Amino acid sequence: MDDKRAMKTFLMLGVVRGLIVGLAGAALGMALTMLVRATLGYAAWDAEQATLVGSLVGVIAYLVGLGTFNAWVAWILGRPTPEPGEHHAKGWTRYFGVDTNHKVIGVQYMVTSLVVMAVAGVYQLIDRLETAQPGLQFLSAGTYNSLMSLHGIMMLGGVLLGISGLMNYLIPLMIGAKDMAFPRLNAFSYWITVPSVLLLLFALPAGGFDTGWTAYPPLSVQAALGMQFMLLAFYLVGWSSILGGVNFITTILKMRAPGMSLFRMPIFIWAALATAFLQLLFTQFVGTAFLFVLFERVLGLGYFAPERGGNVLLFQHLFWFYSHPAVYIFVLPGLGAISEILPVFCRKPLFGYRAVALSSVGIALGGSIVWGHHMFAAGIEEVLRIPFMVTTLLVAVPTGIKIFSWLATMWQGKIHLQTPMLFALTAIAAFLVGGLTGVPNGIVPTDLYITDTYWVVAHFHHTLFGGFVFPAMAAIYFWFPKVTGRFLSEKLGKVHWALMTVGFFVTYLPMFWLGMNGMRRRVADYDASAGLGTMNLVVTIGGYLIGLAMLLFFINLVVSARRGARATENPWRSRTLEWQISSPPPEENFSGVPQVLAPPYGYGTPGSVHAVLAPAGDEGRRKG
Amino acid sequence: MRKHWVVATVLTIGASALLTVFFLRVPLVPAQASKEGRQIDYLLTLQFIIGGAIFALVLVFLLYSVVVFRRRPGDMEDGPPIEGSRALEMVWTVVPLVIVLSLAAYGSVALRDMIGAPPGPELVVKVEARQFGWRFEYPQYGFTSPMLRLPVDQPVLLRITSRDVVHSFWVPEFRTKQDALPGRETRLRITPTLVGDYMVQCAELCGLAHWAMKAPVSVVTADDFQRWVTAQRR
Repeated sequence: MDDKRAMKTFLMLGVVRGLIVGLAGAALGMALTMLVRATLGYAAWDAEQATLVGSLVGVIAYLVGLGTFNAWVAWILGRPTPEPGEHHAKGWTRYFGVDTNHKVIGVQYMVTSLVVMAVAGVYQLIDRLETAQPGLQFLSAGTYNSLMSLHGIMMLGGVLLGISGLMNYLIPLMIGAKDMAFPRLNAFSYWITVPSVLLLLFALPAGGFDTGWTAYPPLSVQAALGMQFMLLAFYLVGWSSILGGVNFITTILKMRAPGMSLFRMPIFIWAALATAFLQLLFTQFVGTAFLFVLFERVLGLGYFAPERGGNVLLFQHLFWFYSHPAVYIFVLPGLGAISEILPVFCRKPLFGYRAVALSSVGIALGGSIVWGHHMFAAGIEEVLRIPFMVTTLLVAVPTGIKIFSWLATMWQGKIHLQTPMLFALTAIAAFLVGGLTGVPNGIVPTDLYITDTYWVVAHFHHTLFGGFVFPAMAAIYFWFPKVTGRFLSEKLGKVHWALMTVGFFVTYLPMFWLGMNGMRRRVADYDASAGLGTMNLVVTIGGYLIGLAMLLFFINLVVSARRGARATENPWRSRTLEWQISSPPPEENFSGVPQVLAPPYGYGTPGSVHAVLAPAGDEGRRKG
Repeated sequence: MRKHWVVATVLTIGASALLTVFFLRVPLVPAQASKEGRQIDYLLTLQFIIGGAIFALVLVFLLYSVVVFRRRPGDMEDGPPIEGSRALEMVWTVVPLVIVLSLAAYGSVALRDMIGAPPGPELVVKVEARQFGWRFEYPQYGFTSPMLRLPVDQPVLLRITSRDVVHSFWVPEFRTKQDALPGRETRLRITPTLVGDYMVQCAELCGLAHWAMKAPVSVVTADDFQRWVTAQRR
């Protein structure tokens, strides 16, 4: 009897229904393609076309089966549509189906992100075992390249999911809103990423691809079938990013609690706003670039192929026009999280609030006109390299403002060294090295030397660990008590931090040396005679230390979610709004409308508060 | 508070000095075998020293704060309500601005020297990249070769193309690199300065055997080069 009920609950989960309908849709799409081809007199089976149409129909069917469109369909048919959040599943099942509550969606994003990044990490750990010594030991070059390429694209997808997780959970809570501006669109933005992740996982059995995450044509046009899954998957994740951007911008600009002027917003909200604008404006370009490659593969159009009148550099321009701003999409929320955590653990106001707030905007604006620095060696017009060098270096200025303001926040503070703070400190150190080692990449002559080597790999891993991974760890240790009502284990957390910090620098510092000494990026093997073996072994050992640290982290998450010490409303004595309500927060966050009275970081000023919570039913004074 | 400033500043200067010595004394790059490499190494070392100083500044102040401004057990008070300082903020906006603009100016001048045509005659080599190998054509002498041989101290113009996908021409000892594109020609100027045997390796991921796409490069004396050319043409 119980088995039957469990089975029924399982089959009623949105994600299970979606999967069943999605697979049926994929089969239908493939069958239709074959039918059309046969009718037109071609051979019925064409792997590229069949799987492309199959995956597209499958994704749409998946979303239909899941129920993502139910409310919109009801509205079109003139049936009564429930308000978002009016009916929702109870308990753990609500995380496995369509739910419009931003806190549920935030957790969904974050868990998906961690899973995707764990898989991507394992892929690279396999590759690192191969490159620990010169000579091809146990992987073929094909497997090596596929794992390396998937590591890149899945990590970036994972980061996009992760920042969406942070922003979804925190934006409404921090600005005193009940939910996001468009809750149903928000659910759609999340759920379209799930079939995308499945498509990415399909890429490996479908033959993988050997282009790296950058997918430069003509190589990506020649690559195996796995390429197509990657292009389509990232195209769909782009939808999530764009729609998420619309939602974040609208929520931040229109739904702040009364009294929260722009310069009373927490810094994380400033960072989120800058990020959201980048997502909204730039994602379309990489989408277009990937779509063109798909068209070139499936339909034989000639956007990039020179023999058909195309231009290979066109792809690189379109690609980097997004993919450089994307770096700021990845790191701005993390840097915002550091700016939230430091004042709380130093018990001091954030130093130079306005400058830090505007530096996010400055980075976003500046970062959108620097894409050419990825192409200094590519063969762009020689004189164009100078303006790109100047704009690239200018971005160092707002980035420096952030780092120096963090230092000044710590100076004379009363520093509490708990796990969130420790991760924030490692993040600053890693991001600093990432920034400084980016300068030689921005200066054309030195870039011509170190581009496309391990130097670049080391540089952007410093940037992304410093700008996303370590801040995300800090954020998870910091906000976990708010999300779950329980603390993560502080003891395990400190071991995790120490192992990961050591592992990180052991992995990535030697890569700078390797790059300068001839270790090219993305090579499955290297010459034994080049003397690169020792450092490569060190890198591999460091990589496995990071892996071990992450294992401890996952254990901590699972154990503490059930058995962690109970958290009160505001265990870290923070001033921002999300800490003024219960942990975990009520379904609708705030019972009334909060009133914001002062800037968020007035630590050390007796009697000053950022906001007061209004009693329930006080809706009359709502702004706008 | 003044005491803290003085101590941290002294520590910063000491740490930067140590890093400067490290970057000047410890060889971090392979042998330098081209005129362009001289410029690049000089510029790189300069950035290492400046970057090292900034690294020392941030890390010293960060670690100093962690040690000295650490909360005493039982102290639940807040720190002083310092919200900012116009003067300090101006300093850390303007100083980095000046540094990066100077570096950009210097970088532009170095780039001009690297890409400009030399006064004398150039040796032209047409480089053709393909999956997964290299071919070198000497149009002035009318032969092609699977290896690149260059006379020392002779300016060379490499005219680079690709037969299939994007590749990149890189000899680590020459430092500079240039992608090879299908359907168009790119150019790279090099003046080899050190006789020796090197390896050109593809630096842009070009497929399964990308890691193995290499060809020997040797820089020889002008006489040896002439002998080689004569032998090739025979």
